[in-house]
Amino acid sequence: MIWLPFDTWIVIIGALCAVACALPGCFLVLRKMSMMGDAISHAVLPGLAIGFLLTGSRSSLPMFIGAAVVGVLTAIFTQWISRFGRVDRGAAMGIVFTSLFALGLLLIVQASDQVDLDPGCVLYGAVELTPLDVIHTFHFVGSEIEVPRAAVSLGVVVLLNSLLILLLFKEFNLSSFDPSLATTVGINATVMHYLLMAMVAITTVASFEAVGSIIVIAMLVVPASAAYLLTDRLSVMLGLSAVIGILSAGLGHLGAITVPLWFGFESTTTSGMMACAAGFLFALIWVFSPRYGLLARKFRRKGKVENE
Amino acid sequence: MNAFRYRCAALMIFFILMWIGVAQSAPLHVNDIVETRDYQRQSLSNSGADWPSVEELAAVIFLKNYNTRLVVLSTMLLGIASGLVGSFLLLRKRSLMGDALSHACLPGIGILFIVMVSFGGSGKALPGLLAGASITGLIGVGCVLLIRNTSRIKDDAAMGIVLSVFFGLGVAVLGMVQTMPAASAAGLESFIYGKAASMVMQDAVLIGLVVLVCVVICILMFKELTLLCFDEAFTRALGWPLHTLDLILLSLVSAVTVIGLQSVGLILIIAFLITPVAAARFWTDDLRKMLLLAGLLRGLSGWMGSSISALTPRLPAGAVIVLVATLLFLVSMFFGTARGVLMRQRAQWRLQRKVGQQNLLRAVYELQEESARQEELSEIINRKIELKAVLAKRSWSVRQLRRLVGRAEHGGALARLDGKHIQLSESGFGAAARATRNHRLWETYLITHADVAPQHVDRDADLVEHVLGSELVEKLEECLKESGQDVDYIANPHAHHPGESVA
Repeated sequence: MIWLPFDTWIVIIGALCAVACALPGCFLVLRKMSMMGDAISHAVLPGLAIGFLLTGSRSSLPMFIGAAVVGVLTAIFTQWISRFGRVDRGAAMGIVFTSLFALGLLLIVQASDQVDLDPGCVLYGAVELTPLDVIHTFHFVGSEIEVPRAAVSLGVVVLLNSLLILLLFKEFNLSSFDPSLATTVGINATVMHYLLMAMVAITTVASFEAVGSIIVIAMLVVPASAAYLLTDRLSVMLGLSAVIGILSAGLGHLGAITVPLWFGFESTTTSGMMACAAGFLFALIWVFSPRYGLLARKFRRKGKVENE
Repeated sequence: MNAFRYRCAALMIFFILMWIGVAQSAPLHVNDIVETRDYQRQSLSNSGADWPSVEELAAVIFLKNYNTRLVVLSTMLLGIASGLVGSFLLLRKRSLMGDALSHACLPGIGILFIVMVSFGGSGKALPGLLAGASITGLIGVGCVLLIRNTSRIKDDAAMGIVLSVFFGLGVAVLGMVQTMPAASAAGLESFIYGKAASMVMQDAVLIGLVVLVCVVICILMFKELTLLCFDEAFTRALGWPLHTLDLILLSLVSAVTVIGLQSVGLILIIAFLITPVAAARFWTDDLRKMLLLAGLLRGLSGWMGSSISALTPRLPAGAVIVLVATLLFLVSMFFGTARGVLMRQRAQWRLQRKVGQQNLLRAVYELQEESARQEELSEIINRKIELKAVLAKRSWSVRQLRRLVGRAEHGGALARLDGKHIQLSESGFGAAARATRNHRLWETYLITHADVAPQHVDRDADLVEHVLGSELVEKLEECLKESGQDVDYIANPHAHHPGESVA
């Protein structure tokens, strides 16, 4: 195994993406809307395609805007269908995102004459290639450091998300745990809901341009759920989920270049392995968490029985 | 019940026969099929025009082409099974479980591919791949249930975790497969997006078999699955094995999912399970009708979708089918006769109108009652009433009142005299007396039997009085008679001067 600066950048980009996703992900998990991340990340496909078809270029901005708009629309359509049609929210979500994804698939196939916009690259992304797209080079202690574009854009998203959550911490907190109290205090719960959805949509789009939607879905839900098993405080949960996200990015890339060797393969997709690493960390915490883990529960129950 | 089973069975047999007919009348060599398809593609792209000719249209719609026939019929078969299974899934409020399951199938496909290649097989044997898919799919579903039951993680997060981690594992395994030197793994990606057009006879046979088994199980276990969906607590109280039933349902779902993977792709398969069912729900409240309708809608969208995709070059069938299903869903959502949006809106308007009418009549009647009391008459006389006084009776705006009066005049309940006064007609007076009596019956009942304070009872009674049926009114009368109330004339229980009431 050889570790290059290249690999460091991959881990940094993965970690940035993990943090960007884990922060809004905590609120998704608390609001029991985890599948919304999955729905949005599938549904932005037509937004990307329309952004491309309208401008005819693969430049990021129009596609970014199109995808973010469609992402928020997904949340709105889901809300409409479940309210006006009185359909179960999960089913409404399933209907909306599959339709949008199908639409996106059609548009992309139609556009595929003109450009190489492969649905596959939207799904898995190509973290391995992101360090090649260098935006800025500077010299540091004699060595040349090339900053990839994805690192900058994801860094901006991380900053934006943390700023938004810091500024509106009280509002997010209250409207996640007790929407009716939040409304009484004068916080508009609907606005907070769509703000969160917009945050998820923008994070999703920004990250999967670089790393593919599979990491996004995993990082939205898995670190937040793991952190939820460790603590009862929202601020601690946010911090822990970021740490777990960073750890799984590092472990994931390490796994991608080492694990396949055990089975006689060369290497594998980093994005997939990052999701696996997150799952692995979750499994550990699920079993060993001091407060809510399987073992802790078992011992506590035993202790209770003995005390009685 | 039995009739339903027979009907389902008959329907199934009909489709199976149709499908055997297709198989018999067709060339069995894969190469022939591929040639036919290529020929069809070429003829379509060579025609130059954007729109297919009438003959081509007819050929596709009436299934003259062997390949189209194969694709369309197996999609329809698949549709019937997924309509059945998806209904139970939706009613159990587990719709997104199908999504988690289909994503969890991916690692199984990759692993089985590697295993089969390392044992010297071709690696692309469909039954093997599908077996792998169902194994990891079921493991994934098991994980969701386990996480949910043994930790404080909720359903949705558990599904999200399983979905993303298993899919990530699948992507990682496929990544390894792609570096394999010997085997070409190009076909495996079609499981993600689906490739209906590449279906061959063996696939169709497999689909037919699995669909048959699913439908038979659904019909045999109809009662058990229904109870599971509608009343979980009762199922448990009866001592039925809840977890086993859940597992059977999820196994059915995974069978349909796995079998549909190749043609629809694992992302869109969930639309196959949910969308037609949710659409059928708008048309009926009867589960059996809903199942049949869901199968029908699914089959319809499968047929239309794959026809459209066969007619147009470069339209993936799975995506078109999903969009057609969504269209059917939207139509059903608005026009559905049982729970459609328009239907519910109409019912609400009607109720609103009725409530407004009764409120107006009661207000007028109470005014007449008051004036009768002031003049110390023993009987309430139907006399003209000033509109201003009616306006003061309730918190309604001038416009609202004018609209209500206009509607009542149209219905013949009252007449407007000079623009400022109204006079109830004979039938209107009777209706007003009835409405007032119902209101007070209910009010008195609430005061004597439900301990509601007299000051509050007016508002509470307002909520229910308009939907009192004649049967319920009789019951109320009986109930109040028993407690010594005079039900022939009921005074206003919260009038300002209860001592002065006429009775």
